[in-house]
Amino acid sequence: MAAGSTYTPIATTTLGSNQTSVTFNSFSGYTDLRLVCALTSSANQNNYIQFNGDTGSNYSSTYIQGDGTSAASGRASGSAFGFVDYVGSTAQHTLTIDIMNYSNSTTWKTWLSRGGNAGNLTISYVGVWSSTSAITSLTFNNGTGSGLLTGSQITLYGIAAA
Amino acid sequence: MANTYTLIASSTAGSGGATDFTFSSIPNTYTDLVLEFSVRTDYTSTFDGCLLRINGDTGANYTIRNVRGNGSGATSASGSGVTNLFVGSIPGVNATSSTFQNAAIYFPNYAGSSNKSLSIDSVSENNNTTAYALLAAALWSSTSAINTLKLYPEVGTVFVQYSTAYLYGVNNA
Repeated sequence: MAAGSTYTPIATTTLGSNQTSVTFNSFSGYTDLRLVCALTSSANQNNYIQFNGDTGSNYSSTYIQGDGTSAASGRASGSAFGFVDYVGSTAQHTLTIDIMNYSNSTTWKTWLSRGGNAGNLTISYVGVWSSTSAITSLTFNNGTGSGLLTGSQITLYGIAAA
Repeated sequence: MANTYTLIASSTAGSGGATDFTFSSIPNTYTDLVLEFSVRTDYTSTFDGCLLRINGDTGANYTIRNVRGNGSGATSASGSGVTNLFVGSIPGVNATSSTFQNAAIYFPNYAGSSNKSLSIDSVSENNNTTAYALLAAALWSSTSAINTLKLYPEVGTVFVQYSTAYLYGVNNA
């Protein structure tokens, strides 16, 4: 199957203790990146990403979500980080983030994310990092408090177009 | 290079249709599962529901929360202690011909010892007045490894010809 050689696990982090952030670097040679996360969190809070350690006001994002009662959409611009998810306290949580064409040096970088847990909400984000720099590091953050709980697992995959 | 995104099994409905798509004896050697399917039913209506059952579990062990758009608005619904999972709307007999529900379900850590959380994305576009896009988060409250997945129509008797389902295994190493 051809897809086998084009979908490559780059790194996996399984938390041995509670942690608020996980950073990946040292990835190159792919077309796109994909993060796959199986999470539990200490609190109801946002998950977000930052690229290349950039903490400037260079991220914007738009979401649609459903909490079982109503649907909602909103957005944030000029943020110091890129929203990707809202995780519920202690629930089993699934999240995927696709980052397209991450290594080019001419366009701003876009991501699509899908997260949710059945006890809280389902949510999807689209976001852009206002930088033409190639992405060379990626930090996944889980807000404040104890953050992600022991056993949470995050895998970074590289997808090659050819 | 290691094959990390592997087709485990696939199924295509023949001329008589298929009452369900069931994948059984799923090995526990992968990290995650991805189920992708394209289906239409024989229900004499515009839409049917597509349902998922895991490991043959008919107990009230499923929870789901979704957001759904139909082209004119968006709503959200939830179900707790239900006996199956609604994973999208399937075009039926009265829907635009040759249109199918297309969907993907992601199962992270499907062989682990925690309850199983999954993510569902589904669309039923048909070039007509009403079509559906659905995002959902679901939980199967069981610590058992997932070894069987069954997709089936809620009302219709079969998935019609050309309906397909593909099950992939993803390895993170």
